Amino acid sequence: MTATMPQAAVGASLSPAAVARIRADFPILQERPHGKPLIFLDSAASSQKPVQVIEAMDDYYRRYHANIHRGIYHISELATEAYEEARSAIARFIGSPCSAECIFVRNATEGINLVAYSWGRSNVRAGDVILLTEMEHHSNLVPWQMLAQEKGARLRFVPVTADGRLDMNRLDTLLDGARLFAFTAVSNTLGTINPVRELCLRARAAGAVSVVDACQAVPRMPVDVTQWQCDFAAFSSHKMLGPTGIGVLWGRKDLLDAMPPFLTGGGMINVVRYDRTTFADVPARFEAGTPAIAEAVGLGAAVAYLTAVGMERVARYEHELAALALEKLRGIGQVVVYGPGIEHRTGVISITVGDIHAHDLASILDREGICVRAGHHCNQPLMEKLGVPATTRASFYLYNTPDEIDALIAGLEKAKRIFKLT
Amino acid sequence: MRPADDLSGMDELYRDFILDHYRNPRNAGTLEAPDASCEDLNPLCGDRIRMDVKLHDGIIEDIRFQGRGCAISQASASLLTETVKGKTVAEVAALGKDDVLANLGIPISAARLKCALLGLSVLKRALKL
Ligand SMILES: Cc1ncc(COP(=O)(O)O)c(C=O)c1O
Repeated sequence: MTATMPQAAVGASLSPAAVARIRADFPILQERPHGKPLIFLDSAASSQKPVQVIEAMDDYYRRYHANIHRGIYHISELATEAYEEARSAIARFIGSPCSAECIFVRNATEGINLVAYSWGRSNVRAGDVILLTEMEHHSNLVPWQMLAQEKGARLRFVPVTADGRLDMNRLDTLLDGARLFAFTAVSNTLGTINPVRELCLRARAAGAVSVVDACQAVPRMPVDVTQWQCDFAAFSSHKMLGPTGIGVLWGRKDLLDAMPPFLTGGGMINVVRYDRTTFADVPARFEAGTPAIAEAVGLGAAVAYLTAVGMERVARYEHELAALALEKLRGIGQVVVYGPGIEHRTGVISITVGDIHAHDLASILDREGICVRAGHHCNQPLMEKLGVPATTRASFYLYNTPDEIDALIAGLEKAKRIFKLT
Repeated sequence: MRPADDLSGMDELYRDFILDHYRNPRNAGTLEAPDASCEDLNPLCGDRIRMDVKLHDGIIEDIRFQGRGCAISQASASLLTETVKGKTVAEVAALGKDDVLANLGIPISAARLKCALLGLSVLKRALKL
C-alpha cells in the first residue's frame, strides 16, 4: 500500500481536527454540484472512498495485476498474497477466528442468496418456519420468500413496534419451530440498532440458524461475530469506504464445511473428471471463477483505514451527529422523524416534511448540493406499515460535520417555504 | 444548466399552479364503470397512478385519476386529464414527452422525467396505445 493511513484522533469520538483530516482524504468532497459544496448524506446507500482505497486499487492495476491462485510467477503471487491478506484483514476486523470463514461475494445481497441457496436448499423442509423481521431490506426478504415457495416453508415476521424497534416479547413464540432466523443488525430505514447478540442466542436456543444482515452495522460500529454468536453475517464493501463489486459472507466454519457449492466452475474445484467433480475446501468452494481482485485489495485498504480511525470512534461520532440532527429536526414544524429514540439508533434518519413528497424534498435539497435518499429504501412492506409512500433519509458517516447538518436543516426550511408550509 | 447560485430555480420548478394541481388534483377519483382503466407505478420511487376513462365514439368523454407520489407526477397527471378530456383516442396517441413538458412549463431534470411522464404512460396503457 502506498498511501499513508489517517492519524488516530485523540478522545473517544472524532475531534473537528480529526474530521478535517479525514475529509482531506476524500477527493469527492471537493466537488461542487450546482456550484455548492457537496454535502453527502447518503452513505447508508453507498459511502464515498478515501484516496487510500483508490490508490491501493490503482497500485494493484499498475504494478501486480494477474489472476490469483494460478500463475507460477511473481506478480501472480503478489496478487494472490494481496487478495488473501484482504481476507485476513476482514477476518480480524469482524472478530472472525479464522479467515477461511470470510467468503468474498459480490455484495451483501449475493451473500444472503448464497446462504439461501446452499444452506437453505439442503436444510429447509416443507412446513419449516423461516423467521424474518418486518424491517428487512428486500435483499434479506426476497431470497427467503423464494426459498419458502420452493420448499413449502412458512415465513414469519418479528413485528416492529410503534417506535421502530423489534417486538422482543413475541420472539420466543415466533422462533418456535424455526429453522432459520434472518434479521438486520441495523435498519437501513429507521436507523434502529437491534440487539444482535440476544437475537442470535435466542435463535440458537430455539434450534434456529441465525443470519445477520450486517450491511449497515459493519461500516459504522465495532462488529465481532464471535461476540454476536451468529451463524452467518453478510455485508458489502461499498458501504464501508471500499469499492463496489465485492462483499463478504461470513459463516461458521462447521456450517460452511457441510454446505454444497452455490455457483460452480473454475477456482472452486478439487478434482474434475468429465463426469464428476470434487469441490475445494472453503472459502474457495464458494468463490467460483475469477474473483474481484482489485476490489478485494480496495476493501483491504478500506478496512485498514477504518481500523486506523477506530470503529469505536466512528460509532460515537456518528451517534453524536445523529443526536444533533434529531435535536435540530425537533425544532422544525411539520417534520416527522421515523424510528426509535437516540439511545437505540445510529446515524440513519428517515423523515417526512408536511405534504412534501420525498422526491420533491430531495430535488430541492439537491439544488443545495445536499445528497439524500428519497423513496422506499428497498423496504416497501415497512413503508406500508409506517403508512407513508416514501421518506427522505439522511445518513451520516465519519466525514460528515455538524455544519452539514445545519445545511440540511436550512434546506428543509427552504423546501417548506417553496411548498408554502409554515 | 442554470447559474449555480440561482435560488429561484426551485421556486420555478414548484410554481403555484404545480402546487395547486398537487394539492387540489383535477378529475380526482375513480369512475363507476370505466371503458378503459389502468394502474401503474414507478417501482424505483413508488409513484402510483390509476386512470379511469369513459369513451364515446372514440372520444374521451370523462376521465378520473387517482394516485400518490411527488408533486411533479401528480400535477402532471392532473394537467393531463384536463388536456385530454374531449379529445379523441387518436389525439391522445399522438401526445408525447414534449407535450407533457410543454403542458407543465417547468424545467424537468432527467432524474424527474419519469415522474412527469407517468400519467401519460398510464393513460396510454389504459387505452392500449
Ligand atoms: C440493511 C441492508 N441490507 C442489504 C442491503 C443490500 O446491499 P447490496 O445492495 O450492497 O447487496 C442494503 C443496502 O442497501 C442494506 O442497507
